[in-house]
Amino acid sequence: MTSTEIKETLDRQFPGSVIENIDLAENQLELKPDQWLEIATFLKNEPGLSFDQLECVTGIDTGEDGPLQSRYNFHSMEHRHKIEVVISLDRNNPKVASIEQVWRVGDWFERETYDMFGIIYEGHRDLRRILCPEDWEGWPLRKDYEAQETYHGIVVPKIKEEEWE
Amino acid sequence: MGVVQGDQMVLNIGPQHPSTHGVLRLQVRTDGEIVSEIKPYIGYLHRCFEKHSENVTYEQVIPFTDRCDYVASMNNNFGYVVTMEELMEIKVPDRVEYIRVIMAELNRIASHLLALGTYGLDVGAFTPFLYMFRDRERILDIFELTCGARLLYNYMWVGGVSHDLPKDFERICIGFLDYFEPKIKEYNDLLTHNKIFLERTADVGVLPPDVAINFGVSGPNLRGSGVNWDVRKDEPYSIYDRFEFEIPLGEGEFGTVGDSFDRYWVRVCEMKESIKIIRQAIKDLPDGDVFQTIPKKIRPPKGSIYRRTESPRGDLGYYIISDGSPIPYRVKMRSPAFTALSSLGEIAQGWMLSDVIAILGSLDIVLGEIDR
Amino acid sequence: MTVDTLMNWFAKLGDFPELAFILAVLICAVPVFLFIAVYALVAIYGELKISSFMQDKVGPMGQGVGLHAGKWGLLQPVADALKLILKEDIIPTSADKKLFILAPFIVFIGAFIAFAALPFNQNIIIADMNIGIFYILAVSSLGVIGLIMAGWSSNNKWSLYGAMRSAAQIVSYEIPAALSIIVVIMLTGTLSMQGIIQHQSGFVWGILPNWIIFQNPFTFLAFFIFFISGVAECNRTPFDIPEAESELVAGAFTEYSGMRYAFFFLSEYANMFIVSGIAVTAFLGGWQSPIPGILNSPAWGLWWFMSKAMFLIFVMIWFRWTFPRLRVDQLMNVCWKGFTPIAMVNIFGVGIWHLMLG
Repeated sequence: MTSTEIKETLDRQFPGSVIENIDLAENQLELKPDQWLEIATFLKNEPGLSFDQLECVTGIDTGEDGPLQSRYNFHSMEHRHKIEVVISLDRNNPKVASIEQVWRVGDWFERETYDMFGIIYEGHRDLRRILCPEDWEGWPLRKDYEAQETYHGIVVPKIKEEEWE
Repeated sequence: MGVVQGDQMVLNIGPQHPSTHGVLRLQVRTDGEIVSEIKPYIGYLHRCFEKHSENVTYEQVIPFTDRCDYVASMNNNFGYVVTMEELMEIKVPDRVEYIRVIMAELNRIASHLLALGTYGLDVGAFTPFLYMFRDRERILDIFELTCGARLLYNYMWVGGVSHDLPKDFERICIGFLDYFEPKIKEYNDLLTHNKIFLERTADVGVLPPDVAINFGVSGPNLRGSGVNWDVRKDEPYSIYDRFEFEIPLGEGEFGTVGDSFDRYWVRVCEMKESIKIIRQAIKDLPDGDVFQTIPKKIRPPKGSIYRRTESPRGDLGYYIISDGSPIPYRVKMRSPAFTALSSLGEIAQGWMLSDVIAILGSLDIVLGEIDR
Repeated sequence: MTVDTLMNWFAKLGDFPELAFILAVLICAVPVFLFIAVYALVAIYGELKISSFMQDKVGPMGQGVGLHAGKWGLLQPVADALKLILKEDIIPTSADKKLFILAPFIVFIGAFIAFAALPFNQNIIIADMNIGIFYILAVSSLGVIGLIMAGWSSNNKWSLYGAMRSAAQIVSYEIPAALSIIVVIMLTGTLSMQGIIQHQSGFVWGILPNWIIFQNPFTFLAFFIFFISGVAECNRTPFDIPEAESELVAGAFTEYSGMRYAFFFLSEYANMFIVSGIAVTAFLGGWQSPIPGILNSPAWGLWWFMSKAMFLIFVMIWFRWTFPRLRVDQLMNVCWKGFTPIAMVNIFGVGIWHLMLG
């Protein structure tokens, strides 16, 4: 199935869930966060789609006041087609349903995104930091992140700000 | 650490332990020798690859990719430059493509040799490890000859490679392949067909295909479960569509499909396939200028791209977002060992402590890549 | 009969039997200890070199002048021993101090006193007891108590794992080993080490030595069961699960360092020698020459005994650098489902064979 067909299928099944966004590439589609778990389950179980592999979950901070995004790359082993799902979340209250129980690999991917961006995946059974220590402060990959000055008495070195061109 | 319940004991394997393949902590709940629960704790090697990438230029990211999977640096470079070239729509000369494939496949052999050797160590066989390191050393010599580095190459650049092949490379490389091919039989005689080794690996840590896909396991681990999926064949990048090679799959020769032995065996077979690819590539190696298409300034157009390539450990994905400046807006690396390790808790449950080590070894994880 | 000889000699000097006994034992103990120490150095050097040649490397080497391990690395084991002796002795704060200190000595004593009944040649045997082989089997299992003490007192989970594994393993493998020895005792009708060797003198058809291993197919099998069980009792690969460096770090020895660790190390090598010594005595004709009629003097007897024992030790080293390690349950399966029944059948087999053909 091509990306357009997948979009149409989703629009038919969940009217109003697909957001038109001209900035996105052809294989990407933006969804509203509210019905995400149902859509994800549908993506996996619908025989025509059958996205059985979650390749990657990427968190993105779109800048200053922009939303945080959680992007999912899906791939179907059966049909060999792929799609990328973009979900924009409010910066101050980034919450989205967890798909950890649909694709088990989502467990660690979501933990990583939570660790780096502070996106809270609701319904995740074990949402802890994964790469940073448990008591680390702040969300390192957000654009407005400032590293804490000390961690257990150890001085955290600052990244030197340099101008590129 | 942890609460001890009844007759169970909580045991920390690592962070300092001989067979965690890096710095990994496994919190294991055991009932005698039987392991009832495993929780991997990672992050001990976290070096902020993604954060660093947002502060350096595109070409400066390449050395960081080296350091992610330090066992297969060439393949990590390869994935990054392929993704960048697709984003910037650069078409590199054929010679560059061939050189890259040769290097990537040589590095695949080197990486598999390390994986198989340390796997032998995990189940207690010491000697195969040294045999494999002896041969891996020769591959590193070839790399040294080509780019001066033995571990972290920074060899592939966006649009080209850092050095052209040295004089006489074809002869040296073919010489190595001729030397190496019979050695695989030697490993098989010493380790693979050893009765004790089969006892320890066959039927142990079975990863069924559907579970493997659900856990995002990829590469030799996925093929060990019998799933025919290889990015080189199914989503060809670079010039992999020009070569003929097989995709070895786990067949459950001595046990169930998807057991530790199958994962091991797939790696042995893949080395043979890599040799085939290198031979074809050297035969067809064209002449040309390898620096011709290296851009003066890397300034990709605004946009985002996700591309995956086949590293020795599986699907290595790069998600790169460009805002039009010379500094990447976001670089995300989807590392194959990360997903493989996440499945450990599922497949190693209920096995014995010794098996947990054997299963962990069969997944062939590199902690540098998991923690990034 | 060294202890007896010495006591007789002391008796001529005066009538003080207790003191004479203690003196005689002490005088005998010193050369045994020296022997173990020197033998261990040789065995360690052998292990280093043999493993290196098997692994396509050269092992310890020294070239020219300067600070190095001597020609062909001959001084390497000495350097290793010195390093172990000079190392800081660390006792973990949470360890059970008394047991922790005692454990290596108990393990070593188990190996050490077994040497008393090993016949090196016609004359050199510390005590030719009439229950010699029984005595060795009895005291060599003393070591397991030391291992359990080491594992328990270290207060470390890895050590405990190692100790429990080794206890299970050693106790289990004693059984097929002892059952195989019973075969020998049935044939020879004596428990004395020298008696067993005397029984094996002579040749079949003038060329094949009349060793117990060659006497009938069942004894041939018994030798292998005994030897493999012996390897397991020494905790050597493929049965090294109590140490299992890739799983248990160093098993029961995890917390030990320096001199105390050296004692464990020494007893491992001493145990290898004892197992080989028993195998040589019971199955391979002891100090007797394999060539009919010649080279049977006491000096050659020592040579034959040592070379046979060293060959078996070489085989153990060969095993270690070739095989992967078994899992704990597979190890028990091999013992209880494989070796023990076969060893049982062996006893009947030898008995019947002996009745019908002997």
